[in-house]
Amino acid sequence: MIWEVFRRERKGQPFVHGGSFHAPDKAFADAYAREFYARRQESVALWIVPRDELTEIGGFPDEFDLKYRRVDGYSIKARLKEARERAGTLPG
Amino acid sequence: MDSRTQEFLEEVQAGRQVETGDWMPDEYRSRLIKFIEMHGNSELMGVLPERDWILRAPTLQRKLALTAKIQDEVGHCQLIYRVVEDLGKPRAQCLDDLISGKSKFHNVFHYPTKSWGDVGVIAWLVDAAAIISQKALLKCSYAPYARVMKKVCWEESFHILHGRDTVLAMVTGTPEQFELVQEALNRWWEPLMHFHGTPIPAEEDPMFVWRIKSQANEDARQQFLEGYVPQILELGLTIPDPELRRADDGVWAYTEPDWDKLMAVVTGHGPASQERLDFRRLARAEVDWVSKVMLPEAA
Repeated sequence: MIWEVFRRERKGQPFVHGGSFHAPDKAFADAYAREFYARRQESVALWIVPRDELTEIGGFPDEFDLKYRRVDGYSIKARLKEARERAGTLPG
Repeated sequence: MDSRTQEFLEEVQAGRQVETGDWMPDEYRSRLIKFIEMHGNSELMGVLPERDWILRAPTLQRKLALTAKIQDEVGHCQLIYRVVEDLGKPRAQCLDDLISGKSKFHNVFHYPTKSWGDVGVIAWLVDAAAIISQKALLKCSYAPYARVMKKVCWEESFHILHGRDTVLAMVTGTPEQFELVQEALNRWWEPLMHFHGTPIPAEEDPMFVWRIKSQANEDARQQFLEGYVPQILELGLTIPDPELRRADDGVWAYTEPDWDKLMAVVTGHGPASQERLDFRRLARAEVDWVSKVMLPEAA
């Protein structure tokens, strides 16, 4: 049985994937995780999850070019210039 | 080469990092498995020369440090074999191929450790040579392996310091202790010069072409010489190579190592190869019942 390990390196930081190991059950997984990922206090907390319990989802194509959701969908330079011209606030 | 493989090759050469689930050419996968498996084998076999000295360590502190180093190395083996497994080769198969001689392990682990001086020289200089290769693997095109290397490198830095401290204790001790280090250095210099492999140009090295390795063998050796020759010489030790010197352009010259000997050693004809493999066979047979109890899939 393969377990995935996520480790928090310091308080306040997110858990980040650290690796994986074999263990027959939760008790051994607990012991191995401590030995492999925290015996020098290099982690402040660990999450261990059986690999089979994880669901990976991926592949997020932007088929309809939905740029209006993102900052790169807006180019305000020309409009801003025009607005400043009208308002008479165009910098020197 | 088909167009998909060509495209993949160009991508990794441009710096792409590949993940486990991504499509990859068969050649890339099989080269990764072979290389990473040998690395895992070496971590496992590498503890045997050091294991011989656990019971003979000169102080309790040294015994504890040596056991901690050995625990690290076996841990590296576990992590690295996991990377191999996710590429498609089960750990049990790796262990079987190791003891049958089908797969290889690193040249430096085919030699005996004659004195405590060898233990110091191994932890300091063999691990220093290893960390140079492993740091270059942080940029490996196969991302899961590169990530494992981060943890490995971090732990190796403790080994180097532990080794250097051991050597320093001996060179500042009695003349006999100093001599033990000098003798060990004489024994280990040739294997150390073999360590990074033949000076094959990077463009001709398939491991570089696929960006599994990020540096040429000779670059790694030069980095080792540049970093460690001064550290060895400042202790009053003599390096057993009269040709060794740093040219004005910063490139180190040395006596060409016997590359046929390296090939013979890694194919199981080193002075301790068979003894080490026999021990591994014995250990595998003796703990077989543990695997069966612990891992239902191994039963």
